Amino acid sequence: MNFKLKDIIPQLITVLAVVLVFGFFTYNAQVNMENRGIDFGYGFLSQESSFDVQFSLIEYDGSHSYFRAYLVGLLNTILVSVIGIIFATILGVIVGIARLSSNYLINKFAAFYVEFFRNIPLLLQLFFWYFAALRTLPLPQDAESIFGVFYLTIKGLYVPAFVWENLNIFFYTLIVALISIIIIRIYAKKIQESQGKQIPVLLISIGLILFLPFLSFLIGGVSLSFEIPKLKQLAATSFVYEGGLSLPPELIALTLALSLYTATFIAECVRAGVQGVGKGQKEAAASIGLTPNQVLKLVVMPQALRIIIPPTTNQYLNLTKNSSLAAAIAYPDIVLVFAGTALMQTGKAIEIVSITMFTYLSLSISISLLMNWYNKKIAIQEK
Amino acid sequence: MSKINFLKPDKSNLNTFLYSGSFLFFLSILDVSINSFFSVNITSFFPDFLSFVLPLILGFIGLYFIRIELSGIKRLDHLNKHINTNNFNAILSLLIIFIIIKSIPPAASWLFINANFAGDSKDVCTGSGACWTYIKVWMRRFMYGMYPNGEQWRINLSFISLALLGSVGYFATDKFKKYLTLYYVVIYPFIAFLFIFFFISGGPVFFDFSYGIIAAIISIIFGFFIPSKFRFYYFLLVPLGLYILLKYFIFYEELIELGKLDGLNWVETGAWGGLSLTFIISFFCLIFCFPIGMAFALGRRSGFPLIRYISIGFIEFWRGVPLITVLFMSAVMFPMFLPEDFFIDKLIRAIIAISLFEAAYVAEVIRGGLQALPRGQYEAAKSLGMGYWKMHIFVILPQALKLVIPGIANTFLALVKDTPLIFVVGLLELVGMLNLAKTNPEWLGFAMEGYVFAAIIFWIICYAMSKYSYNLEQKYKTDR
Repeated sequence: MNFKLKDIIPQLITVLAVVLVFGFFTYNAQVNMENRGIDFGYGFLSQESSFDVQFSLIEYDGSHSYFRAYLVGLLNTILVSVIGIIFATILGVIVGIARLSSNYLINKFAAFYVEFFRNIPLLLQLFFWYFAALRTLPLPQDAESIFGVFYLTIKGLYVPAFVWENLNIFFYTLIVALISIIIIRIYAKKIQESQGKQIPVLLISIGLILFLPFLSFLIGGVSLSFEIPKLKQLAATSFVYEGGLSLPPELIALTLALSLYTATFIAECVRAGVQGVGKGQKEAAASIGLTPNQVLKLVVMPQALRIIIPPTTNQYLNLTKNSSLAAAIAYPDIVLVFAGTALMQTGKAIEIVSITMFTYLSLSISISLLMNWYNKKIAIQEK
Repeated sequence: MSKINFLKPDKSNLNTFLYSGSFLFFLSILDVSINSFFSVNITSFFPDFLSFVLPLILGFIGLYFIRIELSGIKRLDHLNKHINTNNFNAILSLLIIFIIIKSIPPAASWLFINANFAGDSKDVCTGSGACWTYIKVWMRRFMYGMYPNGEQWRINLSFISLALLGSVGYFATDKFKKYLTLYYVVIYPFIAFLFIFFFISGGPVFFDFSYGIIAAIISIIFGFFIPSKFRFYYFLLVPLGLYILLKYFIFYEELIELGKLDGLNWVETGAWGGLSLTFIISFFCLIFCFPIGMAFALGRRSGFPLIRYISIGFIEFWRGVPLITVLFMSAVMFPMFLPEDFFIDKLIRAIIAISLFEAAYVAEVIRGGLQALPRGQYEAAKSLGMGYWKMHIFVILPQALKLVIPGIANTFLALVKDTPLIFVVGLLELVGMLNLAKTNPEWLGFAMEGYVFAAIIFWIICYAMSKYSYNLEQKYKTDR
């Protein structure tokens, strides 16, 4: 190592500039907080929050702490992200495959969908669903049921609630099924490598994951019943549904907007992935005697997935970050509950905004680390 | 004539199958069309369910009959190849045709036939269709926000002039062409800034900004005369020094006087809004995020470890957080970081926040282009004796940027689509104005019209941009 002045000076100047800027900011922050009589600290997290949140997954009311409010917001963010990701993936894969279809009408229909929803701002779509489309739904007393159990009203979607007994036994059987599937897969791979035989792993896996939990119903004492929502009159013109689960319209609008918007990008990823597998690969696979199913399973899908998965994960991350638009329609996610209401009450701007940003940051950095690891694992080993 | 087997259409009975198949197919479409356009159900004598699925069954049988390979009729083969390859595709095609036929009448009736276009008050909107009168009455607000009506010519004049000046590139003669890059990178943004500063604002809002721009322009112009050896340090130190000099020692009073052109009122940024604000914000963010992103892309590939880590930290930080929290930060947290008497207008704060945010994405896109270039390019440039800056400006960046045109265009599209988020700092562009308008007590209940209107506008802008970037990509495509 020979240190040259030429190498050190630019770095030194850059670091100095960064330190100066940060120092300037911290100094000003200190002066400003002193002048306004605010003290810096995270102690407020354990104080009583004294505000209510209209929709939460865990038990929460005004007597709980700010940290609990943070958890409520975080869980709501995760809830809408997970639901959005599931729907966006299903829709995106279907549209992506439709884009590849040889059927002219289907192809153009999918292209129209992608071009339409991709080019309209997500916030506008969200407002459209929440303020325009969902407002045309009927009042609770006028709502007609879907299959006799779902009720879609202006106050939200009412679905039957699951009432489980001995839920943990059910989970144990599920875990046992998953473990045995992994063992069978490893075993099948070994057999195939040593003897060339193929075991129908997929069929066995599906059978196991259906059969074992089913067994738990028969002999494990697990039982499942449904609680169907029922209309109840509160006053002369005021009705609500009782029992069952109620999903607020904010959640529905957010899920709709996020999944319809993100699905367009996932569809493009899927299309690019399948198109990215060369024609020669399929022909070569067919010429060594693989059946069409085997070509798809052993040659096309592994290569297509290698192209599809990284950008799709990126879209999942985008969806999670975009779920923060919830604040615009008052869905109590982390931005609204914590960076909105809690900030207004405590005035701890720096602490709260930094916690919120750090939450998103750690979420996306952990996922991108996972992705880098995955990319390295599946990358083509070049010699 | 051979025996007809209806389960297996073949070529020998082509005409029979063709006529019966097309007849059934047209019957199914006729049924759906009559049902959809005239609300008459001609199959109402059947049970409800049968009458509902009958067109599908008829159409399916029809398409099955005409699915004859190599029939020799060109149009039929074409049809079969594109919408009728097998049973599954036939059903999907039928469903899509039915959906289109079914959705035309309600859409047309809401959008045009039963819609109201005339009048200028809510009372005329009595039909079941859309009330476009609402859009007409609120048009000025949607376009210009709360900008005073009498002053809106200033926005129009600025935009028209900027559009004309922006199209210079198309009419440039060959002699002028080599200066185009300089024009678009330095002179044009400066003119745009002057327009927005003098005509649209007409007041002291953009002052802190203007010192920065002037300092940057002066230092770039003088930068050409500085020996390349010192240029790096020059650009690190001189613009900042010049800025401080301008702001605190020279020109302070003069510039304030300069800002107040005779006869122009100052319009504060809080009153700006509507679609024009979308354009202003997109334009400035676009100008700022590009050089910042380029700098961080180069920084991330730099040989100096400290610069590399700082760049990585910057890029990953902005890419990891949602824009809405960044805007929250600029609204509530950023003022705490500034000296007490130091005030930055919220529009400028929003522009800075969005620029930094998008710069991180631009940086990643450009890094992709830099990585895609073969090593030979770097080595060839070095072997010609080029230094770091010369190599990047004349060899590496032109090629890398060409490669990443689609990525850059996507980032800019995302930028335009992100502008509505500035509602967080209290600025109302088109979508924000819509939300304001729909809460007006005199105009309740027209949310749908507003959103459809905004969706059409945004769609046109974004679609045009993506098509333009596609053309650009085709134009600069070089085979290597």
